[in-house]
Order: sequence, then C-alpha cells, then structure tokens
Amino acid sequence: MTDAAVHAVNPDQQARVRLSGREICKSFGPAQVLFDVSIDLHAGEVHALLGENGAGKSTLVKILSGYHQPTSGALSLDQAEVTFEDSEVAENHGVILIHQELNLAEQLTVEENIFLGREIKRGWFLDKAAMRAEAKKLLDQLQCDVDPRTRIKDLAVSDRQMVEIAKALSKNADILILDEPTAVLTGREVDILFDQIRRLREQGVAILYISHKLDEIKAIADRVTVLRDGRLITTEPVAEVEKDDMARLMVGRDIKQMFPDRAPVEAHDVAMSVRNLSVDGQVRDASFDLRRGEVLGFAGIVGAGRTALMEAIIGLRDRSSGEIERNGEPVSIHSLQDAKKCGIAYLTKDRKGSGLLLNMDMRPNLTLLALEKFGTVILNRKAEEAALANAIEAFDIRAADPKAKVGDFSGGNQQKLLLAKVMETDPEVVIIDEPTRGIDIGTKSQIYHFIGDLTKRGKSVILLSSEMPEMLGLSDRIAVMAAGRITGILEGNDRNEHEIMRHATGISGKQGVSVHE
Amino acid sequence: MSSLERSEASTSSGFNIDFKALGPFLALVGLFVLGTVINDAFLSGGNLSNIFTRAAFIGIIAVGATFVITAGGIDLSVGSMAAFISGAMIVVMNTLVATLGAGIETVLIGVVLSVLLGIAAGAVNGLVSTKGKIEAFIVTLGTMGIYRSLVTYMADGGTLSLDFDVRGVYRPVYYGDILGIPVPVLVFFAVAVAGYVLLNMTPFGRKCFAIGSNEQVARYSAIHVDRVKTLTYVIQGLCVSVATIIYVPRLGSASSSTGVLWELEAIAAVIIGGTMLKGGYGRIWGTVIGAIMLTTIGNILNLTDAISNYLNGAVQGLIIIVAVFLQSGDWRRKKSK
Repeated sequence: MTDAAVHAVNPDQQARVRLSGREICKSFGPAQVLFDVSIDLHAGEVHALLGENGAGKSTLVKILSGYHQPTSGALSLDQAEVTFEDSEVAENHGVILIHQELNLAEQLTVEENIFLGREIKRGWFLDKAAMRAEAKKLLDQLQCDVDPRTRIKDLAVSDRQMVEIAKALSKNADILILDEPTAVLTGREVDILFDQIRRLREQGVAILYISHKLDEIKAIADRVTVLRDGRLITTEPVAEVEKDDMARLMVGRDIKQMFPDRAPVEAHDVAMSVRNLSVDGQVRDASFDLRRGEVLGFAGIVGAGRTALMEAIIGLRDRSSGEIERNGEPVSIHSLQDAKKCGIAYLTKDRKGSGLLLNMDMRPNLTLLALEKFGTVILNRKAEEAALANAIEAFDIRAADPKAKVGDFSGGNQQKLLLAKVMETDPEVVIIDEPTRGIDIGTKSQIYHFIGDLTKRGKSVILLSSEMPEMLGLSDRIAVMAAGRITGILEGNDRNEHEIMRHATGISGKQGVSVHE
Repeated sequence: MSSLERSEASTSSGFNIDFKALGPFLALVGLFVLGTVINDAFLSGGNLSNIFTRAAFIGIIAVGATFVITAGGIDLSVGSMAAFISGAMIVVMNTLVATLGAGIETVLIGVVLSVLLGIAAGAVNGLVSTKGKIEAFIVTLGTMGIYRSLVTYMADGGTLSLDFDVRGVYRPVYYGDILGIPVPVLVFFAVAVAGYVLLNMTPFGRKCFAIGSNEQVARYSAIHVDRVKTLTYVIQGLCVSVATIIYVPRLGSASSSTGVLWELEAIAAVIIGGTMLKGGYGRIWGTVIGAIMLTTIGNILNLTDAISNYLNGAVQGLIIIVAVFLQSGDWRRKKSK
C-alpha cells in the first residue's frame, strides 16, 4: 500500500467534521493550562496533536473524551453541541480515548478485558464462547496473534496496546483518540499499528493521534495541530509542513544542534569487554569491547536479546557462560550490587516501574542507589540536600516545587532525575536503555548533550534505543543483534539505517520486518 | 469530631499537610479533653500512668510493626509469638529454679531466651516469605497458628504459671519505676526513640521506605530487598520479645489466650498513626500516639457509664476505620488534581 493511495481520500468525506472543540479553556485551581484552543476532527482523517510535555495535549484530549470538563468553551459532535459529563457518555457517542498508560485488568484474560462491563450474556450466565469468538475476530482484524484466553499480565506491552485497540473497536468507536500509542511499541509493531490506523481511516473513523515523534506524524497523519504552553499554535496539512518546521513550532525556538559532536576515541583503550556471553534461550555467544569515552549503540528488533544481554552484564539475569573484563581485569558480577562496585550503572527504560519512587520527592530518589555515600550509620541530610542542589543544576531539572512527588513531574524531568540518580554512583560504564521515551524534543536534545558530556569526561556509554535517529545521532559504533547473536558491529560509513536493518533481519533470515518512512 | 477534621483537611492544601502530620496528635488531645470532661479522675497521675503502662505493650510491638508495614509487609503472628515466648520463658525459668535458684540469673536467662526466640521467630517469618516467595500475609497467618498452638501444647491446654519466688525477683520490671516513671513506659520510650532513629535517619530506614514504595525500583537501586525485608521481621520479633519481657511479670502466667488479637491492635496503632498499610510511608511517632489512643479509649470507657465497657472493641474499630478513611480521602484529592 503506497502513501499516495492512502491519502487519496474522498474529499467530501474528508470535510465531514465529526467532533470539534471551540475556544476551550481549562484551569486547574489558579493554573490555566489551556487557552482558547479549537480543534476539528474529521471523519476518515488522522489528525496529529503535537506539543512538548506540559503543552496541554493530555488535558485537551481528556476534555474531548469526557474525562475533564472545560472551564469555558464547547464541544460539538456532528455540528450539534454536546456535553460529555464523563468518559462513559463520550464512549456512548463513539469517542474513545486510549490512554498512554493502558487501563487493563492485569489478572483478567484478554477476552474478559475486551468485554469488561459489557459482557455478552445468555440468560443469567456469561456467554464465554461468544465473547471468545468475538475477541478472536477483533484480534485477527488487528493481525494480533494473541490467544484471547491469555491473561494480560503475561502479555508484552505492545500486545496490551493491541488489546486496548480491540476493546475500543468492540465498542464501535468511530472517533478514536490515541495518546502516544507508539511510546512502548517496537518498529514492527508500529508498522502493524499504522496499517490498522490506515484501515480505520478508510472506514471513516476520525483519529486523533498524539505524539512527540515527527517521523510518525509525517508517516501517518493528514493534518497536524501544534500546541505550545496551552495555546493553539497552528493547524495545517501535514504535507505542507517540514519536520524542522514542526519542531520549531512545537518548541518555539530553533534547536541548533540536536546531537552532541563526537570526538574520536582510542580503539585500544577498552573500558569493558564481554567475552562469549550466553543466556539460556536469549543470548548466544556475545562478545564485544566497549572503548573508553565512546557511545556504543545496540540495535535490533525486540526479542533480539539486547535487554537480556545487558541484564546479564549487570547481574540481573543468570549467565550460562561468558566473562566480563573491566579495564583488562576479569570481574565477577552476579548482582546489581556487584555491577555497582565494578563501576557499571544501568539506566532502566521503565522509569516509572523500576526507576523512580513516584510517591516520594526528589531527594530520596536521587540518593537511593548511592546511599552508602551519604552515611553508613546515620544519613547525612545536608549532604543529600547538597547533592540534590548539584543535580538540579547539572541536569537542569525544572521542578516548580522541589518537594513535590516525582510522580507529578513531566517525563523529561523524571528522566533527568533518573540520570542524576545513576550518576551519583560515579560509574565508568553507563548502560542506558531508551533514554528519551515519551520525552519532548527540547528535553531530548538536552539529554543527548548530557550523554555527550559523560563521554567527554571519559565515561563509556552503551545505548539501547528503538529510535533510529537517536541511535545514529549518538552512537560512535553500533552493535546489531538478531536472534540472540551480535551479527555485526558497524563503524564509520556502515553506520546507517540500511546496514542496521540488514544485520538485524537479513542475516538471521527473519522476514516481514520493514522500516516505515 | 471526625467530620470536623475532615472539613478542615479539605479546606486548603496547606492545612492538609499539617493535618496529616498532626492529625493523630490532635485526635489524642481531643480524647484527653473528652476524658477530663467525663471524669476528673482521668488526669490523675495514677490513671495516666496506668494508660501509658498499658499502652507500652501494644506500642512496643507496634513500633516493630511500623517497620514491617513501611517496607510493604504485614505480620499477623505477633500476638501468638508473644504468647509462645511468654510460655517458653516461664517453662525455662521454672526449670532453672531447681539448679540456679530463684535469683537474678534465672530471670536474665529467661530474658536472653526471649530475645533469641523473638529474633528467631521474626527471621522465620522474614525468610519464609522472602526466600519462599510467599505473601507475608499467608506466612504469618501460618506462623500465627503455629506459635499459638505451641504455647497451648506447652501449657497442656491449661495455664503456665511462673514460680512464685521468681515472680518476686522479676516483679520490678513491670511494677517498678525510675523517678516516678514506670519501667514499661521508659522501655516504650526508648524503643520508640531507637525506632525513630532507625527508620528516619539511617540507610536501613530509607531502604524500608523504598521497598514499601516500589520493590522493583528498590531492586534496580542495588538494594538487597530480601535482606532488608527479613530484617524488618527480625526487628518485629525483637520488639515482641521486649514487650513480652515486661509482660510476663505482670500476670506471671501464659496460656492459649495470652496475646489474643494483639496483632490487630498493633496494626491498628500503626495505621491510626498515619503509616500507609500498603507500605512506602511510615511514622514511628504516629504509631506511638496510635497505641496510646487505643488504650485511652478503653480507659475512658472504664470511667464512664454512658457507653458500656464491653463496647470498647466497637469504638476502637470505629476509630480505625475513620483514620483510614481520612487517609484515603487525602489520596483521592491528590490524584484528582
């Protein structure tokens, strides 16, 4: 399916306004977060909503889907004014918001989740067979190969996303709002999702698509609305705006240099080397050298074994064989504590689930990993406060209230705090898994420069990322994994998207992986 | 009173925070005012001393429970554990009378035994739940039954009584005082201070908060999660043993009905004090006040004819529910912002 074919939508249909918001304002207490924002969603159109963290995107979509009430302004559905008292009313009108943090009951099965609260009954009893058949049909439609009887807790995050979409489809949603749906998806899953979105568009569904990712918006959206600081900046056809323009509109200034300059590193100065490391069923015979001061990227499709390899290096996963050397000396790492002693730190990609204590403020979060530094018997609170002041300065953490719970922080500030937390241990090797997931472009660039600064101070970085521009822009070399093996380490001119995909797919003979434009 | 507190809590966020920290204290002050109004004798030295001495048992155990609950666990076995340790102490001390006589040595050996048993029982709870990966609720429900049945077995279904001469030597530990303050109250205070320092000022305490808040984050922060959790149960066991040491001279006996429902009173004291039952946030002073409140309620009911003393449990239950309601109401407001 070519893009041209997809975009050739019937103009009459395109012009059909389904849901619109007029001059919407929203205040929470004294703080106004939306100022006179208007937006139209058309049938058979993908409408992208773009903006930095805190620009008001989430608030706007929550108003459109009945989770919040506007302070002033009005909603209309098919030209008639409408009020969504709550999300249920919105859903009854066919408007469904799929949250970034998925709302599924983890202990229930896929089919039970899809029909939660709307179970198909036969007399007084549940008609499980009917629900299973219907769930299977919906999942097949999404090309999602998941057994409806699986429990949600046993599913990958990407599959859970598909279940959410299946659930929305089962409610006959014809106005679908997706809040950063690809934040947790891999390249192939993004392709499937996009195919699905295109199919829904052809069926006349109006789709509001929230994202930070300019590539995605270019690939999938027909029109884009940019929000900044709660204000509507512009709404334009995507074909008429370049990515650079979108970035500028979103940030409100030019981003001079997205990525830091890279200095050449000494090939023989090895900070860490991994020899013949295997993990049962996950990683086979992986060997590589990490040079001092370099960023070594690790690319590969999900399931290629990147995370398993890193977890094996830092002692979170059992190795079946293999050695690790630091500065030429063999080291024994069997736990995260061992890794810490060897100067290896790991930045999790799951900053909410395994990175930060969301119900606490910044200070205990910052010092948690390096607690012994702040006292072995009694914690030195002053030293902690000083470390926090330093971290706020060094990593530009912008918290209105330093005593606020970090769960209330934006993703960017959380990520900066997580980086600061890991750096408290003063590691020499930093393994960073998805450094900018769910973070706006301005903060992204900042984090890239922080990573650049680390290498200038002689730290060595291993970077895992599903974002190709990030991988290419930051890494000095890129190791590619496929089916548990390192299939190549790309340097110089080989460091490009084509070579990466060739190594990630071709060698292992896996088919069906494509790169979306 | 509860509705008054609630409206005060919801007026502004500034008040809200004050309320959270001071709530239990204000409630206790309210109870004291109520007690004084009901009966002049309430504020007499003898009565206050009685309240604090009785609060010491539950209070000391509840300080331990604050650690367990803050780290996201629960220990249901403390009442049975106290009964079992009492029984073991009495049996051993009675046996020793024949060889060592009824002196200080006999009592000291009993005390050491109590400490060792408390540590061991706590370690069993901690290790089985962490290494065996079984919910603490289930593990301690099991050990609750085990410890209870052990004391019944030791007493052969009846009552174990401490040798009369040993009782005389041991008596000051409960009935004695230093500068007019009863020994149990001093011990309670010491345990609370130690608990406060340990929970709020040491790396160990910080780790308890972290684990209770999010175990996965703690794991990824290079914390020995199993070790810290097990230690919280050991601290709980130690606190039970200390409480038992001052309890034994009070009655001089142990039976299958010793310490019944203490676990619930201890947990109630912790929760009333503002510690989150789901873990991640704990307050030792809140716990101390919670324990004193529970005892005070019973005391006030003793001093008045308005409500039957038999309704003590009902009033306590009501207070617990109101306390937790206030906490959860607070959560909802924060979330909806």
